[in-house]
Amino acid sequence: MSLEQFISKAVSPWLKEDGPDSDIVLSSRIRLARNFDQIPFPIIADKSELEKVLDFFGQEYQHQSFKAYEDLELVQMRDLKPIEKRVLVEKHLISPHLAESNGESAALISKSEQVSLMINEEDHIRIQLYLPGFQLERALQQAFEFDDWLEEKINYAFDEQRGYLTSCPTNVGTGMRASVMMHIPALALTQQINRMIPAISQLGLVARGIYGEGSEALGNIFQISNQITLGKSEWDIVEDLQSVVQQLIERERKARQSLMDQTGLQLEDRIFRSYGILEHSRIIESKEAAKCLSDVRLGIDLGYLKNISNTILNELTILTQPGFLQQYAKKTLSPDERDELRASLIRERLDLEK
Amino acid sequence: MECQECHERPAALHFTQVVNGDKTEVHVCEHCAKEKGYMSYGEEGYSLHHLLSGLFNFEPSPFGKSTSTSNEKISEQGLKCPKCGMTYKDFTRVGKFGCSECYQAFSDRLNPIFRRVHSGNTKHDGKIPKRIGSNLHQKKELEQYRIKLQQLIEQEAFEQAAKVRDQIKKLEKEVHCKEEGEF
Ligand SMILES: [Zn+2]
Ligand SMILES: [Zn+2]
Repeated sequence: MSLEQFISKAVSPWLKEDGPDSDIVLSSRIRLARNFDQIPFPIIADKSELEKVLDFFGQEYQHQSFKAYEDLELVQMRDLKPIEKRVLVEKHLISPHLAESNGESAALISKSEQVSLMINEEDHIRIQLYLPGFQLERALQQAFEFDDWLEEKINYAFDEQRGYLTSCPTNVGTGMRASVMMHIPALALTQQINRMIPAISQLGLVARGIYGEGSEALGNIFQISNQITLGKSEWDIVEDLQSVVQQLIERERKARQSLMDQTGLQLEDRIFRSYGILEHSRIIESKEAAKCLSDVRLGIDLGYLKNISNTILNELTILTQPGFLQQYAKKTLSPDERDELRASLIRERLDLEK
Repeated sequence: MECQECHERPAALHFTQVVNGDKTEVHVCEHCAKEKGYMSYGEEGYSLHHLLSGLFNFEPSPFGKSTSTSNEKISEQGLKCPKCGMTYKDFTRVGKFGCSECYQAFSDRLNPIFRRVHSGNTKHDGKIPKRIGSNLHQKKELEQYRIKLQQLIEQEAFEQAAKVRDQIKKLEKEVHCKEEGEF
């Protein structure tokens, strides 16, 4: 398979589209946790009960379509190789928890990969719906429609007082986790984000770095999500989250501008050095790659780098993860081998731009 | 910001921990979060497994141990969900419910837990399932009409109030019929 073909399969179709504010917000996600009324939760259910849930999805939803979510495909965890599962995790279509299962669990994924249902994860059903850029309200509307469609055939575990009943008390009520992924390099460079994170958590929201093998916010990509699921409506939760994200966007834009105004040459130098590393290195660790990719994406957004597509951060962040590298190589790789392949894959991808 | 546990790596997880009513900010690296049990792995990095275990140590009974009420006898024998067999003790250990009926079985103990996890909230205020919740939709509608009626009466807008009252009567009938039909 050529690199171009591989990339086009690796990056979810919906992620290739541009969304509002997509220079800063990479994606918006709504996740809804739901359970069947009469079946014990996966943590305690026996095999036959979980099998029943799986069969139900196989019979009722395999290759079905609803609105824009076409040709839903049921992917059973026991049929997948470890690398294949890892790839689904790196695409955020399933959780690491689901990937560890070899038993009665599955994912139901639409052709565009915009909707992915995890089946028999911690709850019987977890609906995940993604949109590119910053469009949480639209994502919520669409997730609700999908949820209504499922509810035509499923008796959900629901209680007037407690709302949607979930296995973990942290999800009860709405069962909703709304989140956005943000690329905020200027807030990170100017150390502002460290001061903002505690303030964000005061509001019942959580900000955390993602994509770290270790501990840092690799590539300056942060996820902001709600923590509270009980006592507020989904729309109110999304509104709160939106207003915080909106503020972060504005501050990021201001910080970018003042970096350009005050230390423009240093910023340009940093961006071109990172670009040089990506273009010429022969060995690159994921941490360095993430840093350089973040710089290059910032360089594109600010106009320092021209004629490079702005999807490169999305693409290469996903492609240079261990699972994808090994899928590309079609074999298990040692960390050293990965660093070598990562470097050559990035070089090849940049060559496609020329 | 550095990790408050190891003071080596930068902190990657940030959240508010509530233990016995006291809020503290927690800033830890991912390594320490796992090591110190702040985080059970999973999709949400902050999933609160162990934080919860701390919360459950909360004792809801206002009485001392010597005054053994009948409620306390139940708790000594162990509250147990009649459907899935999970005991309250299991629940506090695992931090997860076994089935939807556990919510009823442990009902008396849940408010303090929910309050701590969800910033003081114990009651759902969001989406209601369309089909199984159609009755609830109407009940909610009724509630809103009653508030409106009250307001109209206070404003002495009696003509409008009469209309609203008729709507309430109609809705009440529908809800009543449905409830009878359920049995
Ligand atoms: Zn640490
Ligand atoms: Zn139970």
